[in-house]
Amino acid sequence: MKASVIVFPGSNCDRDVAVSLAAASGTSPRMVWHAETDLPKSDLIVLPGGFSFGDYLRAGAMGARSPIMRAVIDAAHAGTPVLGICNGFQLLTETGLLPGALMRNAALKFVCRDVFLRVTQPDSLFTARYVQDQVIRVPVAHHDGNYFADAETVARLEGDGCVAFRYCDGAGSVGGAANPNGSINDIAGVFDPARRILGLMPHPERLADPALGGTDGQPMFASLVECLS
Amino acid sequence: MSANDVEMTAELIAAHGLSDDEFAQIVRLINRQPNLTELGIFSAMWNEHCSYKSSRVWLRTLPTDGPQVVCGPGENAGIVDIGDGQVAVFKMESHNHPSFIEPYQGAATGVGGIMRDIFTMGARPVANLNALRFGDPAHPKTRHLVSGVVAGIGGYGNCIGVPTVGGEVNFDSGYNGNILVNAMCVGIADADKVFYSAASGIGNPVVYVGSKTGRDGIHGASMASAEFDDKSEEKRPTVQVGDPFTEKLLLEACLELMAGDAVIAIQDMGAAGLTCSAVEMASKGGLGLLLDLDKVPCREAGMSAYEMMLSESQERMLMVLHPDRTEAAREIFARWELDFAIIGETTDTRRFVIQHGGEIVADLPVDVLAEDAPVYQRPWTPTPAAPAIGSDTIAAPDDLAAAIVQLVGGPHLCSRRWVWEQYDHMVMGDTVQRPGGDAAVVRVHGTRKGLAATTDVTPRYCLADPKEGGKQAIAEAYRNLSAVGAKPLATTDCLNFGNPEKPETMGQFVGCIEGIGEACRALDMPIVSGNVSLYNETNGIAIPPTPAIGAVGLIDDIAQMTTSALRDAGDLLFIIGETGGHLGQSLYAREIANVSEGAPPPVHLATERRHGEFVRAQIAAEGVNAVHDISDGGMIVAAIEMALAGGIGCTIKLDTGNCAPHALLFGEDQGRYLVTVPAARAAHLSAAAAEAAIPLQQLGEVGGSDIVIDGITAIPLAELAAAHENWLPELMRL
Repeated sequence: MKASVIVFPGSNCDRDVAVSLAAASGTSPRMVWHAETDLPKSDLIVLPGGFSFGDYLRAGAMGARSPIMRAVIDAAHAGTPVLGICNGFQLLTETGLLPGALMRNAALKFVCRDVFLRVTQPDSLFTARYVQDQVIRVPVAHHDGNYFADAETVARLEGDGCVAFRYCDGAGSVGGAANPNGSINDIAGVFDPARRILGLMPHPERLADPALGGTDGQPMFASLVECLS
Repeated sequence: MSANDVEMTAELIAAHGLSDDEFAQIVRLINRQPNLTELGIFSAMWNEHCSYKSSRVWLRTLPTDGPQVVCGPGENAGIVDIGDGQVAVFKMESHNHPSFIEPYQGAATGVGGIMRDIFTMGARPVANLNALRFGDPAHPKTRHLVSGVVAGIGGYGNCIGVPTVGGEVNFDSGYNGNILVNAMCVGIADADKVFYSAASGIGNPVVYVGSKTGRDGIHGASMASAEFDDKSEEKRPTVQVGDPFTEKLLLEACLELMAGDAVIAIQDMGAAGLTCSAVEMASKGGLGLLLDLDKVPCREAGMSAYEMMLSESQERMLMVLHPDRTEAAREIFARWELDFAIIGETTDTRRFVIQHGGEIVADLPVDVLAEDAPVYQRPWTPTPAAPAIGSDTIAAPDDLAAAIVQLVGGPHLCSRRWVWEQYDHMVMGDTVQRPGGDAAVVRVHGTRKGLAATTDVTPRYCLADPKEGGKQAIAEAYRNLSAVGAKPLATTDCLNFGNPEKPETMGQFVGCIEGIGEACRALDMPIVSGNVSLYNETNGIAIPPTPAIGAVGLIDDIAQMTTSALRDAGDLLFIIGETGGHLGQSLYAREIANVSEGAPPPVHLATERRHGEFVRAQIAAEGVNAVHDISDGGMIVAAIEMALAGGIGCTIKLDTGNCAPHALLFGEDQGRYLVTVPAARAAHLSAAAAEAAIPLQQLGEVGGSDIVIDGITAIPLAELAAAHENWLPELMRL
């Protein structure tokens, strides 16, 4: 699997996701600077977490207009899978590759902790190694992870099986205090209709190594390797 | 006559924080009256914050050497060897006054500043910690300050992408008018890629990189060297504004540049900005420096030389580069979209010469600025010895269970989760022990090694007995590192005290330094870096003496790291060390029995060392399932913290032969640890302790969902968890 990780000024999980990709695939991904205009031929494009351009404007708004994003959008439209984690998810909504928006957390504070997710859609390149309704533990770390879309869009996401993950408690019960940011319908991650683009706020790369206290994020990378190699 | 040639009035001199004697000394040393810019430069270099004029004679008494020490105090940060050609670079620094005035930006720029100290030396920051001290929770400003400081620390560290993994938070009315924000950063570098601040060579370019210079933070270092009063909030314009995004770019650009061979010397612009960084580079290199301020990138037009020299705008660095590498360096900074300007050159004159608008606006001898700052032997009076009070004079609680719940669910011992969940503590993907335990541990990227880090001090001990309190701060740091299985390597100190011109306050400082020095020697944890923050007073009332200690230890293989979480039902719980039931200055005495008199627990350094070595040996032998040091709140609090971390209860059996239960449970005798082992391993542990002559006693057994004190009381873990977790969120509820 040839993956490309796009690096923006202010990205800070680029190395972390590269480590997870390399561990799963045996190949280090290419790191592509945002100012490039040509994207190397890629089986997977990753938009990593961090604070592109400091998130001084809306999170992801500046990065979405970086030179490389034209090539990323073209590749995505041509079917290249795209994974956006945290700031990457924000970038995907800012480019319009995914619907909705990530608003400030309902509690108005940055939140960094492990959350539980229920796998809502295991039928994808990203989630094939999970099973329906499996409960996994993965960390979040964000200030703007409160997913919102209008009622019509949410209904379409739900109806088309485009909700990838929902926040839940350890027993798999969705919502309430288990939702760390106020996201509508407890949505933690969404797909495009073809399920080749995934944006999610939680960080699967942060629990993909037993030394870090868990490996529930690892199957996502294993799924990608299996489906794209 | 230009604006620079003003008359040196008494008011002007006093406004620059210089005494009449100090000004007379300046005139004598340079053989003329300084002009305004020069006066500003002297005020920046000779203030307490930069010159250590009150503390220097005492700091010299601290141990700073050891086989593990690569670089001790005097550079931007201390450096210790961690094997395999790698070094750890770390330091702790205060940002107290700015954080009180403007908590978000004050705390944020404290974090930014300490990280620059680390990457200035060529190290990539890998862990941030912070030691925070706020006033009484009920004080009207406390919630505002907690909220702002925590958000500021998170706002900076989260954005730059360095995990904030540990620290401490305390509340005490002694900090009502003067909070403490002490930020620590740990970085990792290759031993052969470390950079220092001494300039060398004649005619080499002096290069300015990073953010533009503005009018923010002018006189920040002078503010940090003065007491507070009710008008201090008027100084808000002297607090700098942080830009973590620019610092992230600066970090990456500097490390990229340092991978090559362009850099001769580098210094970050921290307190007193361009003045301090330039003078230090010249002084350490035995050189002169010529700066042309017309070349300095400025945020606004019309800034005077005085303003440029004293600005504390953040995210700026000064470097001396090899002339033939300058263009390559410029390209790196251009790619990161940062300013890069050659603003001067090194000279052989040993003078600090500043040009602005084609005129020389300052011309001073470097050595006078850097080395002739006054050094004071401040008068001091020893702190009167606090009389030891017997534990029998401190009453047992009416309701033991209620007292336990009150302590665990109160401001001093409650969970700090509300704080550290606002910090990204996992970014960089190497946090192998998260906040909440004895010490945080980050893996050395790409290896099996771990760096453990902790911050510690118990100000109420220091107030009662500065020397024992100083010793205890180091001893507790030693225990916290040992408890996770790390060999303690070295220490950084952030010494927060009141006005050193008061002999009582200076006596506290001297006592703490003596204790710290003695403990560092005995425990082989030399001081490699640090910072002194004096004049922490408001309206004449000093803070409790608070020598915050940051310490770093090494774990050879993170597979051997331990945590404090109880693990398996049936594991046996042991206590290492002598329990004498010392209640003087304990949290129990203060919070439950309302007794604030008495001596703190004595610290036996040789014992600390033997017990720490024993604990580490047991961890290395992979025989223990959990370890926790015993500190605030005593043995019962330590046991509860272990149970809460593991989500499983335990039963404790007290041997009340010669001590009341409340003294055994809450006593804060030093040199103690709780450990758990599988039952099958107990005999081995006992034999090892007997052989090493370590006091070891079986205390109980892991299991159940309660904390049971056999024959006395039982408290459901759920009740303790609720009390422990709820206090801080409830305080901070909107």
